[in-house]
Amino acid sequence: MSDPAHFNLPARALHWTMAAMVLAMLFIGVAMVTSVAHYHALVALHRPLGIGILVLAVLRLINRWRSPPPDLPPDLPGWQRKAAHASHILLYGLMLTLPLVGWAMLSAAGYPIGLAGSVVLPPILPRDPGLYAWLRPLHTVLAYTLFGIILAHLGAALMHGLIRRDGVLGSMALRLTASQSR
Amino acid sequence: MSLLNDLTGAGPGLGPRAVLLRLGAIGALVAGTAGTFAYAGGWLSPGDLTQARIVDRFEQVNGPHPGFRRNHAKGLCLAGRFESSGGGVRLSEAALFAAGQVTPVTGRIALAGGQPYAADAAATVRSLALRFHLPDGEEWRTGNNDIPVFPVRTPEAFYAQLLAAKPDPATAKPDPEALKAFFAAHPESAKAAALIKARTITSGFADDTFRSLNAFRFVAADGTETLVRWAFVPEQAATAESPAQAARTDKNFLFEDFAAAIRRGPVRWHLVVTLGSPGDASADATLPWPSERASVDVGRVVVTATEAEANGNCRDVNFDPLVLPDGIVGSDDPLLSARSAAYSQSFTRRVGEPKAPSAVHDTPVSGAGL
Ligand code: HEM
Ligand code: HEM
Repeated sequence: MSDPAHFNLPARALHWTMAAMVLAMLFIGVAMVTSVAHYHALVALHRPLGIGILVLAVLRLINRWRSPPPDLPPDLPGWQRKAAHASHILLYGLMLTLPLVGWAMLSAAGYPIGLAGSVVLPPILPRDPGLYAWLRPLHTVLAYTLFGIILAHLGAALMHGLIRRDGVLGSMALRLTASQSR
Repeated sequence: MSLLNDLTGAGPGLGPRAVLLRLGAIGALVAGTAGTFAYAGGWLSPGDLTQARIVDRFEQVNGPHPGFRRNHAKGLCLAGRFESSGGGVRLSEAALFAAGQVTPVTGRIALAGGQPYAADAAATVRSLALRFHLPDGEEWRTGNNDIPVFPVRTPEAFYAQLLAAKPDPATAKPDPEALKAFFAAHPESAKAAALIKARTITSGFADDTFRSLNAFRFVAADGTETLVRWAFVPEQAATAESPAQAARTDKNFLFEDFAAAIRRGPVRWHLVVTLGSPGDASADATLPWPSERASVDVGRVVVTATEAEANGNCRDVNFDPLVLPDGIVGSDDPLLSARSAAYSQSFTRRVGEPKAPSAVHDTPVSGAGL
């Protein structure tokens, strides 16, 4: 039943769930660090949502490894092919490292990393304020980089869908029946 | 095929007009996403009060003191334990309130203000910050002051008051006109200032009462929520500052007296939780609660050691008042989220800065036995 022209259903479901989550996280992140009134509520949401992204990113990589994505159109210029490949590696890399850096920096700062109720994550680094001072700006730089790549990814996907009309955008469309179609 | 089609990879089915329109739509969507991001990040509203602006104002008023807390800059670390009486069980499911439970505690006594080398003075607001280390990684962090109410109701008023109370370099006193204007605009602060001024000032940290000032909610195992404020009430009877003490020139006499007291034996505070009634202010820390409110003694904090601020101890901790265990939640008091935000900003700045030694060393007993 595998369809070489489409991502499999788990891949498509994960893609759109994570797209919404990652965008939400980026907006929550930049909003919370300037907000006074909503800072606490937003950070309390940011932590579990970010860890959720980490878990889903791992699942997604496993799925991608077991069910490789469809090929890009053969007529796509080589530089675009390379750019697509590089940006996808970066996207995966950042979806994994950004939450890990978030978790690590809170560990280094010595905060309890509460997710919900009495659920607290164990630290993944020893307490070291100097390390926190280094990881905290790294979290910002990586988040902004991720946002930039997402913008490029969005633009490229729309170029495929609206201008090239080569089926690349459709290969990620969330039609539940897509993997059975054709 | 046109050059435009060649460049964009559009098929022959799309005319140049259609290609341009679609490119425009794509550009608008990408730019719109970036613009919304900028809006969310506050770049389009530069006038809003942010955590960075609050901390900038501390720096503006106190001058730069890299490595130190932007407020409550002068302090001393402490350690001990919390012995639960069991009285809190019906109010909160937090593990530390279970009867007989003993919870390790670390903390910090400090003087309010952003000057790390200011001389101790009896009238300076004193604070007790505590960190309860619960099992399973949970923590309760709390910062408490020795005043009956807080001087401001909102973060905006806090920000305005910082500037209004800034000492004039010529007179070393705040500009009376600026203070007058602030109190005229904030009558609740004028009332609170009168209550704060009328408080009894005790001889030191050990016989002082430290209050949460902000309201919180205790959540019991059955889900019942109780609006509370709490106080750390000294076991030792409070005595007023003696004339001999007032005459001392030692710049750290309050901290040294406390360290000396600890060397003689543990210092204890009872954690007394006051239960709010419907109608009591939950979102206004300038208002006292009626004195007849019921209260519960939920246990005592026993402080057994002090230590000068140094790498890795209380110096490098953020006593964020919203680091709470399951069983305690914040109220709708706007100061709470503002504190969490400003403390985080202060913490992030100071831990990345070079460090100078604290004014308070673990000095040998001096002036003890007053
Ligand atoms: C894909 C996942 C994540 C994204 C996209 C993300 C994004 C962001 C962004 C954009 C900021 C604001 C940076 C700034 O402007 O300085 C931020 C801050 C922050 N993030 Fe994340 N983050 C993620 C995961 C996490 C995780 C898993 C944690 C913790 C468990 C975390 C904890 C924090 C904290 C504590 C702050 C700063 C709060 C402060 O400085 O007061 N983040 N994040
Ligand atoms: C919006 C209002 C407030 C602002 C902006 C503010 C700001 C600050 C800042 C920036 C710090 C230094 C934090 C750090 O670097 O770790 C601090 C410390 C502290 N504040 Fe506040 N504060 C506010 C309200 C209060 C209230 C209502 C209390 C009530 C008890 C309080 C008690 C304390 C204590 C005890 C400390 C010292 C904690 C320690 O020893 O580390 N503050 N405050």
